Amino acid sequence: MKNIDLKKIPHISEITAQHGSFTGTPVKPKETFLERMGSKNKVVPSLEEAIRLSGLRDGMTISFHHHFRNGDYVVNMVVEQIAKMGIKNLTLAASSLTDIHAPLIEHIKNGVITHIETSGLRGKLAEEVSRGLMDFPIVFRSHGGRAAAIESGELHIDVAFLGAPSCDPYGNANGYNRDEENATCCGSLGYAKLDALHADKCVIITDHIVRFPNTPYGIPESNVDYVVKVDSIGDPKGIMSGATRFTKNPKELLIAKTAADVIEASGYFYDGFSMQMGSGGASLATARYLREKMIEKNIHARFALGGITGQIVEMHEEGLVDKILDVQSFDLIAANSLKNNRFHQQIDASVYASYLNRGAAVNELDFVVLSALEIDTDFNVNVMTGSDGVIRGAIGGHPDTAAGASLSIVVAPLTRGRIPTIVDKVNTIVTPGSVVDVVVTDQGVAVNPARPEIKELLEAAGLPVTTIEALRDRCTRIVGKPEPIKYKDRIVGVVMYRDNTVIDVIHEIDEE
Amino acid sequence: MQIVTKGVAGTMESSDIIVRIEPAEQKGIELTLTSAVMQQFGKQIEKVIRETLAELGVESAIVNAVDKGALDCTVAARVKAAAYRAAQCEDYTWRTKQ
Repeated sequence: MKNIDLKKIPHISEITAQHGSFTGTPVKPKETFLERMGSKNKVVPSLEEAIRLSGLRDGMTISFHHHFRNGDYVVNMVVEQIAKMGIKNLTLAASSLTDIHAPLIEHIKNGVITHIETSGLRGKLAEEVSRGLMDFPIVFRSHGGRAAAIESGELHIDVAFLGAPSCDPYGNANGYNRDEENATCCGSLGYAKLDALHADKCVIITDHIVRFPNTPYGIPESNVDYVVKVDSIGDPKGIMSGATRFTKNPKELLIAKTAADVIEASGYFYDGFSMQMGSGGASLATARYLREKMIEKNIHARFALGGITGQIVEMHEEGLVDKILDVQSFDLIAANSLKNNRFHQQIDASVYASYLNRGAAVNELDFVVLSALEIDTDFNVNVMTGSDGVIRGAIGGHPDTAAGASLSIVVAPLTRGRIPTIVDKVNTIVTPGSVVDVVVTDQGVAVNPARPEIKELLEAAGLPVTTIEALRDRCTRIVGKPEPIKYKDRIVGVVMYRDNTVIDVIHEIDEE
Repeated sequence: MQIVTKGVAGTMESSDIIVRIEPAEQKGIELTLTSAVMQQFGKQIEKVIRETLAELGVESAIVNAVDKGALDCTVAARVKAAAYRAAQCEDYTWRTKQ
């Protein structure tokens, strides 16, 4: 080894102040790659060991993804183990939570979880939260807002616990499995990718350890600290269905057909357009009607974004959609397409919808079709609280795509049973009316007055255009005027717009 | 209208209401209502049930209604059908819209 006098090098403090001069290399490996994979790797024997090694302490923030939807075992499994180890006062930051996470109620009551951040909440946990379960209000963020909060450090993740249907011993993780046909499968790991990248420690929890390298991967080994193998990460039936059901509801079909007609007349249906279809019967069915128009007019789409379903994949495979950008796969057809189709690209939540990064795909959308629980006469949309004031929904990418797309179309039946959809004031504003352009119901279409040019085009095409006030009046005539929801003063949820400013609050419900 | 036996009308389907009417010993309408939209429309549904029974001249009955979000017209129709059945009356007065 040469003896180098660093002091003689001009500007050395600016070149390498901390590293000094070369002192030698670590021990070189001699075993074969195969031998090494069995011994020197990131696999730890138990979840308990992974939690211990991660350095998780009281007051830290843990994160999870929701790609396993209502089949997820990971959140409950990890929190149960953390509770056993006596760690408390944690912030649980999940990309979303749903019915299956009801066991968290116990861990909130016993002080293991004291703060929650999520896109949405459903089932028993949501009901309990609405009744005042937690002292600290739940922070609801959109998928893009969450990504931005992670990137800015507003949401700092200490340990990410990310379930993955396959992972190699070094942490390259995927939402599918190339070795086994019947293995657990969720497709894109879009929300998990960003958590893995930014968390201080990242634990992959898998039921299938495969040989290195598990490529093409969703999460790279460079972001992963530990890998734990468990018997089961989720219930395949709850994670996704074989194919997203194509609605047979005539009301939804009518709405979908009208929405497709709106798109065709709007000026945004041209050769090379871009689109996103939200989840929900009517918005998914819109793709089907759009497909017919595309074939008829010999028009193809440059890309489809978002939560991807079999219907979008079908259009991709028959050459109608050039490329798919997939942050979340909604069914097995979509998951298999991600595995097999070269131009079905997995993207993370930031690339999908963050407002803070240097470019997000939502900003390149021509149009998006979204669902709604309620829409008010200012075009504000609620997808979060039910007509009884109880939390039962998720923001998802609603405000992100509505803001990014040139044309945002919200589809909803005028009434659901006796519940009105078009109201004077929505219970909870999730997406502000200023980014909502067209409302399509089974009984007419309303255009935001801010878009008079769209209104003209739709009228010229003979679409049933009316005003939002006329839709509301029709709604009231059919169902009557509901009694106002009774709330207490206490705030149980804070709803963030995609720029992480507070757009609304959710109060504890008053059931007396 | 005199309630003499048990009469039922309606289903448990969404947007319907099932109404059971039975004879009561005491005078008055003893109403039990459960509804999927109790908070929002409970008072309105009760009002329609009571008004419909009054219209039919039913003065004493035990009424049990399970609502799944029915509109007022449905509520009234189910109450009438259940009342006619409970009164074993087939003398329907059909009304046509003018």
